[in-house]
Amino acid sequence: MSEKKLMKGNEVVGEASIRAGCRYFFGYPITPQNDIPAYMSRRLPEVDGVFLQAESEVAASNMVYGASGAGARVLTSSSSPGISLKAEGISYIAGAELPAVIVNMMRSGPGLGGIQPSQADYFQATKGMAHGDFRLLVLAPSNVQELADLTYLAFELADKYRNPVMVLGDGMIGQMMEPVEFKEMIDPDDLPKKEWATDGAKGREKNVINSLGLVAEELEQHNLNLKAKYDQMKEEEVRYEDYMMDDAEMAIVAYGTTARIATSAIDKARDNGYKVGLIRPITLFPYPENRVAEAADQVDEFLAVEMSTGQMVEDVKLAVNGKKPVEFYGRTGGVVPTTDEIYEKIVAMRGDK
Amino acid sequence: MEKIAEYPESLDNQSTHYCPGCTHGIIHRLIAEVIDELEIREETIGVAPVGCSVLCYEYFDVDMHEASHGRAPAVATGVKRVHPDKTVFTYQGDGDLASIGTAEIVHAANRGENITTIFVNNAIYGMTGGQMAPTTLEGQKTTTSPYGRDIKESGNPIKMTEMLAVLDGPAYIARVSVHNPKEIRKAKKAIKRAFKMQLEGKGFALVEVLSTCPTNWGISPTDGLKWLEEMMLPKYPLDVFKDIEEVE
Amino acid sequence: MVKDKKVVFDEERCKGCELCVNVCPVNIIEMAEDRINSHGFHPAEVKDENQDTCISCKQCYQMCPDVCITLYK
Repeated sequence: MSEKKLMKGNEVVGEASIRAGCRYFFGYPITPQNDIPAYMSRRLPEVDGVFLQAESEVAASNMVYGASGAGARVLTSSSSPGISLKAEGISYIAGAELPAVIVNMMRSGPGLGGIQPSQADYFQATKGMAHGDFRLLVLAPSNVQELADLTYLAFELADKYRNPVMVLGDGMIGQMMEPVEFKEMIDPDDLPKKEWATDGAKGREKNVINSLGLVAEELEQHNLNLKAKYDQMKEEEVRYEDYMMDDAEMAIVAYGTTARIATSAIDKARDNGYKVGLIRPITLFPYPENRVAEAADQVDEFLAVEMSTGQMVEDVKLAVNGKKPVEFYGRTGGVVPTTDEIYEKIVAMRGDK
Repeated sequence: MEKIAEYPESLDNQSTHYCPGCTHGIIHRLIAEVIDELEIREETIGVAPVGCSVLCYEYFDVDMHEASHGRAPAVATGVKRVHPDKTVFTYQGDGDLASIGTAEIVHAANRGENITTIFVNNAIYGMTGGQMAPTTLEGQKTTTSPYGRDIKESGNPIKMTEMLAVLDGPAYIARVSVHNPKEIRKAKKAIKRAFKMQLEGKGFALVEVLSTCPTNWGISPTDGLKWLEEMMLPKYPLDVFKDIEEVE
Repeated sequence: MVKDKKVVFDEERCKGCELCVNVCPVNIIEMAEDRINSHGFHPAEVKDENQDTCISCKQCYQMCPDVCITLYK
């Protein structure tokens, strides 16, 4: 572990990636994540890496596809509208079974939207990143240290599953400065060789990186193989954190920076006698549905809190499966909910219970 | 008796899906011959486009990437940056390079990305059934220009090679054709020079190869060669538009 | 009967495009009228009696998009 430093979230993404053995970054400027390419442009040459500002996010995601297919650990980052542009490339990355790490510092939308934080890309990240039957493994940090740890982990998981992994942050976590420690630096030369990668067909059959499948039965099997990966993720990679759930009579479900605000609201609620707890998903795919389902046997009701008009709430409802009521509270457009607003909602829901 | 001409090693020995008389086959063979002669088969990585040649990842016996439509230069950039010591080429048609992929090719060329691009121009979109391409000639009838390409509506046929030659990044930009054996030999020379530019680290190289599409032009393969000569050459002159070694 | 052929066509691979026919300077390439391959094309051929006429210019090989032709000298 390095010594503790005070660093900005966006820059932490860069440093954690480099520690994880990533030596290639392709991206394009977009607020509020510009510090990521700026940091990589400065830091990558120091470690003999390659930084390239692409002509667009479209081009960047295809450069990632190429570099990943060539065997490297590679990072790209953007914010909401830029992630939409990357969608095609990400589908190809998933279809060709390539590892890649994509960081989205969410801003408000839709369209050009605003530059302030939101969580309105949840559906995009977990359900509809692009066309086709694939999923992203989605990690949602809620503080800068966790951002460092999950970014580092993302590269490992991407290689393990040969699948793109998204680190889903928001404008706040990108801009926040908090103390952070980094894990050990990985030398990319120490990473296991990827036998499937394109590095010149010397002494072996040629490798082809491809997602085209014109024979339906074969493509079906390919899709089933992909699904098996996602099922394995559901078995092995679910991560979440409980806060004050032991005796909770109401559960808030929230992720990312919103979860921190919810935590403060819960503290205030507890001070006032309300037994509220928080389930904080850390993986959004695979979603901690079993944990939420289990909580449905314990609590009276759920409240999903998001910076959107309600996206993750649907996954809560799915997991709760009608057993208990699920309500939603959110702010959007770049507005960040306050502790008091969430507390008022808790009071309104718990009422005289 | 000795063998004086046979299947090149860098081409996978199989029947292709290309139409009878489609000049993609000739161009594939030229690239394979160049790779064989330069002895770079084991260190070459190609990027396939979307278009009729989408399956060329099956035909070239080198490491290959399929790419999304137009993005091959970006994919090639990613590969080349990871493996700067390997030879990376893209193979693209007129939809891929001159329509959806214009940003990617311009910027790869402008960056002087040390890759080689073979641009196959047959003035039409083949794979999708014969639609108008940016390279379609004035008056040429296609499924999306049934009355003939109208310059007022659709603009003029685009000259990618001339445009790219203006940039400082490229080392070698040429336009060749494959409509007869003499031009085929010249085309091979240009392709070889383009690959050599990469091997010598000189920068970006592109060869535009005028080609036929008998099926979608609605004529026989042999008539296709004539159509290319009579109709395409005046609009797309054959020349070397940039050669870094000939610049004082 | 020619023992060693100079021009050998892979008849299964030939797509009957006829591009080779016109480029032969000694006009010895013909499309075989009496047979088709499994894809339904008339393959190109150089009849036995014409094999020796081949001048090894290699133009047919240059022109063939399917690399069906192997040449010997």
